[in-house]
Amino acid sequence: MSEKGKEIPISRRDFLKASAVGAALVGGVGLARLRPDASPAGTLPPTQGGPDHEHGHDPHSPMANMAVGDVDPAVNGFDPSAILTDFDYGVPTTLPNGGTLREYTVVAADKEIEVAPGVKFAAWTYNGRVPGPTIRCREGDRVRVRFINAGSHPHTIHFHGIHPANMDGVFEIVDPGKEFVYEFDAEPFGLHLYHCHTLPLKRHIHKGLYGGFIIDPKVDRPPARELFMMMNGFDTNFDGENEVYAVNTVAFHYAKHPIQIKVNELVRMYLINITEFDPINSIHIHANFFNLYRTGTSLTPDAFTDTAMFAQAERGILEFKYKFPGRYMFHAHVSEFTELGWMGIFEVVE
Amino acid sequence: MQENRARDHRTVRNLTLPIWVIGLIPIILLAALVVAFLVYDPTSPFRASFPPVEELTVERIAVVPDGLQVHVVNGGPSPVTIAQVLVDEAYWQFTAQPSLTIPRLGRATLHIPYPWVQGEPLEIALITETGLTFNATLKVATLSPTPDARFVGTFALLGVYAGVIPVYLGLLWYPALRRASQHWMHFLLSLTAGLLLFRGVDALQEASELAGQISGAFQGIGLIVIGVVASFLGLTAVGQWTSSSRGAHGEAFGRLLLAYFIALGIGLHNLGEGLAIGAAYSLGELALGSFLVLGFTIHNTTEGLAIVAPVSRDRISIGHLLAMGALAGGPTILGTWFGGFVYSPLLAVLFLAIGAGAIFQVVYEVIKLIARATQKPLTDPASFAGLMAGLLIMYLTGLLVVV
Repeated sequence: MSEKGKEIPISRRDFLKASAVGAALVGGVGLARLRPDASPAGTLPPTQGGPDHEHGHDPHSPMANMAVGDVDPAVNGFDPSAILTDFDYGVPTTLPNGGTLREYTVVAADKEIEVAPGVKFAAWTYNGRVPGPTIRCREGDRVRVRFINAGSHPHTIHFHGIHPANMDGVFEIVDPGKEFVYEFDAEPFGLHLYHCHTLPLKRHIHKGLYGGFIIDPKVDRPPARELFMMMNGFDTNFDGENEVYAVNTVAFHYAKHPIQIKVNELVRMYLINITEFDPINSIHIHANFFNLYRTGTSLTPDAFTDTAMFAQAERGILEFKYKFPGRYMFHAHVSEFTELGWMGIFEVVE
Repeated sequence: MQENRARDHRTVRNLTLPIWVIGLIPIILLAALVVAFLVYDPTSPFRASFPPVEELTVERIAVVPDGLQVHVVNGGPSPVTIAQVLVDEAYWQFTAQPSLTIPRLGRATLHIPYPWVQGEPLEIALITETGLTFNATLKVATLSPTPDARFVGTFALLGVYAGVIPVYLGLLWYPALRRASQHWMHFLLSLTAGLLLFRGVDALQEASELAGQISGAFQGIGLIVIGVVASFLGLTAVGQWTSSSRGAHGEAFGRLLLAYFIALGIGLHNLGEGLAIGAAYSLGELALGSFLVLGFTIHNTTEGLAIVAPVSRDRISIGHLLAMGALAGGPTILGTWFGGFVYSPLLAVLFLAIGAGAIFQVVYEVIKLIARATQKPLTDPASFAGLMAGLLIMYLTGLLVVV
């Protein structure tokens, strides 16, 4: 997002400006009045803090760093609060060998979405939402995904996981109006993802063609309040840097609509980083620590921490419980991303 | 050729229409074409396939105790809606007056409650509905002046130092000039022309630099042309209007008038410079240095010399000198007030151009005066040396103040 300052040659006008102050110096009387640090009004207001009654905003409140307004889920056609828990198990049938076949349909389509209140983004979507459907199955299930490209550009679905080369969604480009069926056995268990792998790759990913792919282990993990979160970003002016960062697309959505959890309830967060343009993203949860299962491929935690870092496509399962009720922030511990939208709140209730 | 013209003449006469009707015909046809264009809209295929063009310009960022006031102009072809505001790459709460949607050539003021840090720069980005961003930099965050007694006084003082004092210092050369010989007079008059020519070109350069910062829709270069031509021709007309009394009162009165003219021209010019000075504070672009002030005083002292050069052979009262000094230096104070409290780059461009035009007119008058005295204006050794000396003095004193 940053732009390096340009060198500006000093002109006579700049000199005039400089001299103006100098003139005040010579003037003596003007000196104290012009020098901002000598003025009581200059030093105090920004550091005094306290609510600004005139405008009703406290510039130091954590809620001052926030997008203005809210995004209507009806306009976008999807609600980030719903995306937390709407896992797509597909249509299950039993195979002759006793295994389970799960059939999914994924449609790629162009769609304008609102990524921050009032800020439109010409997205490419799977099933009209960003992130796409969270495809969920169990290890060993037969997964069959019918992919229809209703968009204006060629697309694919490239699943992370173990599967044959022709199911990898790289060389089998699906042109607009065409279809393709991806079919493979789900392995290994863990938290994975899928995304378009058509060139130019950066653009096909950052325009919104990605989603979660959860393969549950044969024996269920302990019961928990499960939440799906995909860390993403949007380059709304196409300058190669993100103007918006979020989990599940809408900047500050979970700050405006806190996620309610219960005291001592086990929370299991499926967290994936798909953020384009930046080498890393991260998560920090406030006033708590979590067990981190990197890629979710082991049932033994890799770390007990409160901050974890993820490169693009890296993911992890976080498990934690809140001991005390109250409002707790969670956000990227890359402050820039936090301030640009990747911040949410857990509202822990008794 | 002649035959053709005669035939054309006859044709027009044969129409027997009043001249105003003939004058209206192209306008009526133009109106009909505009209506037809709007109704059938041949450009719709283009618009359908391209996103709207947006162009926002931040004219000024004022720093207030509880945050920032950002003045935005829409110079693009269609209305623009500001969706979000980033301050130093962070979304920030804000309100807009009168509206988030700014019509073409319209303005809005955004209030952003922001805990700014004294003396540090800030980067502001406006994100529009379409996701485009428009950036503006506040070079130094420091409380913007408000028109209270304290700042009115301070800005007046600035104007005095930047405009009034240098002019009066230059006027003190008057007694010395009076003793100069005829030969030296030609030298001094062309020196004046050189000083002023440099100043005029300099003002033009400042105006065109500033023109690059204002919204394209307001055509900064066009404004410069208007300002220069209007003030040049305006002053010329005033000069001709007073020429009858000049004849009646003799050569000496004519030279006095010229001195007042130069004072007026410099005054108009200083109005523009005052604007830039006031703006320095209001835009938060400040640097300090007493060395610069000294250089500045030297640079501008030549203004007084330019005023009294035409009347150096005459005896004029101290009252005239005071009046001419006030006419030349006083507008600097007006300029600093205006620039400091209601700075608008648009008006600054216009005033700088008006000042440049006035200066050029004065140069023209001075050259005419030399031409009347010597038969070969500017090419006799004294005049040529004077002109070059004037340019060089401005150049060299300019070097003093470039950091």
